[in-house]
Amino acid sequence: MTELQAGQAAAVPRIETQSQRTRYRDLLIALAAFVVLASLPMFFGSKALLDFVIRCSAFGLFATSLNLLVGYTGMISFGHGMFFGLGAYGFGLIMQRTGVPVPVAFVATLVITTVVATAIGAICVRLKEIYFAFVTLAFQMLIHSTILSWASLTGGDQGLRGGIKRPVFLGIDLSNHVHLYITSCALLVIGLLLMRQIAQSPFGYTLRMIRDNANRASFIGIDVWRAKLTIFVLAALFASTGGIIMALFVSGAYPEFAYWTISGEGIFINMLGGVTTFLGPMVGTVLLLTLNDTVTRLTEYYGIVLGIVILFFAVGLRKGLMDFVVEWFAQRRDGAGERAP
Amino acid sequence: MLEIRGLSKSFGGVKATDNVSLDFADGSLTAVIGPNGAGKSTFFNLITGALKPDSGQIMLNGVDMAGRTPPDIVRHGIGRAFQVASIFPSLTVHETMLAAVCADQRRAGVLHRRFPLAETRDRAEQAMELLGLANKRDRTASTLSHGDQKLLDIALALVLEPKVLLLDEPTAGMGTEERWRMIDKVYELWEKQKITVVFIEHDMDIVFKIAPEIVVLCYGRILATGTPDAIRRNEAVIEAYLGTEHHAGVAL
Repeated sequence: MTELQAGQAAAVPRIETQSQRTRYRDLLIALAAFVVLASLPMFFGSKALLDFVIRCSAFGLFATSLNLLVGYTGMISFGHGMFFGLGAYGFGLIMQRTGVPVPVAFVATLVITTVVATAIGAICVRLKEIYFAFVTLAFQMLIHSTILSWASLTGGDQGLRGGIKRPVFLGIDLSNHVHLYITSCALLVIGLLLMRQIAQSPFGYTLRMIRDNANRASFIGIDVWRAKLTIFVLAALFASTGGIIMALFVSGAYPEFAYWTISGEGIFINMLGGVTTFLGPMVGTVLLLTLNDTVTRLTEYYGIVLGIVILFFAVGLRKGLMDFVVEWFAQRRDGAGERAP
Repeated sequence: MLEIRGLSKSFGGVKATDNVSLDFADGSLTAVIGPNGAGKSTFFNLITGALKPDSGQIMLNGVDMAGRTPPDIVRHGIGRAFQVASIFPSLTVHETMLAAVCADQRRAGVLHRRFPLAETRDRAEQAMELLGLANKRDRTASTLSHGDQKLLDIALALVLEPKVLLLDEPTAGMGTEERWRMIDKVYELWEKQKITVVFIEHDMDIVFKIAPEIVVLCYGRILATGTPDAIRRNEAVIEAYLGTEHHAGVAL
């Protein structure tokens, strides 16, 4: 064995070890985050804070899943919110009408989302850029219109009223606010961990290749349509989970959950937080919800304030907050490297 | 063995490829030349599945590739590099190679493991070594020089271990020195890898120096095929494309 071959042979397990290490690191960070979040109720009795974190969980999952499409694959969806609404309505309806245990309704909702997302995605992912964006928007409006017009099932413009039954399952009572809070945090952390795994897997790099140059990707043997459809469906599942959390939080589902403005908020969150880092959308979610909660308290013209904030990030920084922070740290590191003797 | 039989493609009333039949023997090195609009790139696009032929067959070791999708054709062993370097700007050279091997090993859809996969490493290393890109492994593709981007484009095709490699103007947009370095590299690859290489080239000095076989296309048809000497002496080729310069060179 030559020196080069020996070096290569030694490096093979090193690559595997590095991959394992990053996976364990992510797992540890997720565990730590969950422990911190789960222990908040012990130190802060504020119901508003817990509510805020529950909403962050719902919108964080939704926005991060949108980033799998926008940031990782280059597919700008204007209709991703339809799956948020689908999750809320699917879960709410199943719980109201069947009374099955929560996990069963949860899985059933995800199955329904998979079927719907596959059917819609099979049509949409054939299209590129603005055509993809607008056809997804059209499907969102279709679903929203269906919710409004099929009043006997969905409650029409009044939404699903009367609350959602939440039978206790394995000691978890989702009618209890703290239980609901911890369940939401668990779903958020598990969801983020799974999405992180997708982003860092070989499939995640396939998505990056498609984003950069879909034509070239097909000339190295990648079935671009299938890869796009797969991520479209996976992203829909996480958005749907966000919708389920929201349905549990408000104990119902409303047409606004499936309206195009939800997709707009998702895009806004991604612009705020940034799409080049995995946690950008999560940071954007916290920012948007904080802005929403504070600005609406201070003025009725909150739309103007949010518009100015968007302009600041889009025109001023030309990137999201996390993009900016990461770039700033990279520049400082490079600068320090250059100054070092 | 790559056999093209009666390959035709029209755009409206224009015949871009008109009943082309050619054989490329295993391990051969062939240059495809012709004036602008001769149908050279269309010919490559038909072979690689970027365009569907109106008629004809593209037989690779007895299997017809005509009408198949690019990923399918790549998996059968026809790789290509593009006239304008077609790369993944945000990925590093190393990531590009590893991801390409992943795709070739049908692991592009793997979700439960982390990138990079250990079993993709050797081939990625070899391709980078072969193309002289190993020392630029951590550079993102967008920051590479034009020449290195072209090399990366070729490396992307080569790392898939194709039976047939199609290079669409590998020296396009390069200065004289860089151009010769690139073509020396192509020649070296052909010698080392023992694969069938077909390349489109406009620089006749390069073509006549390295290509044992030349195909001349004009208005989508084959004008001539043969050795460099035969092509240089072919009156139809001189009139349609070469002019007297290269012919005079032979006479001297």
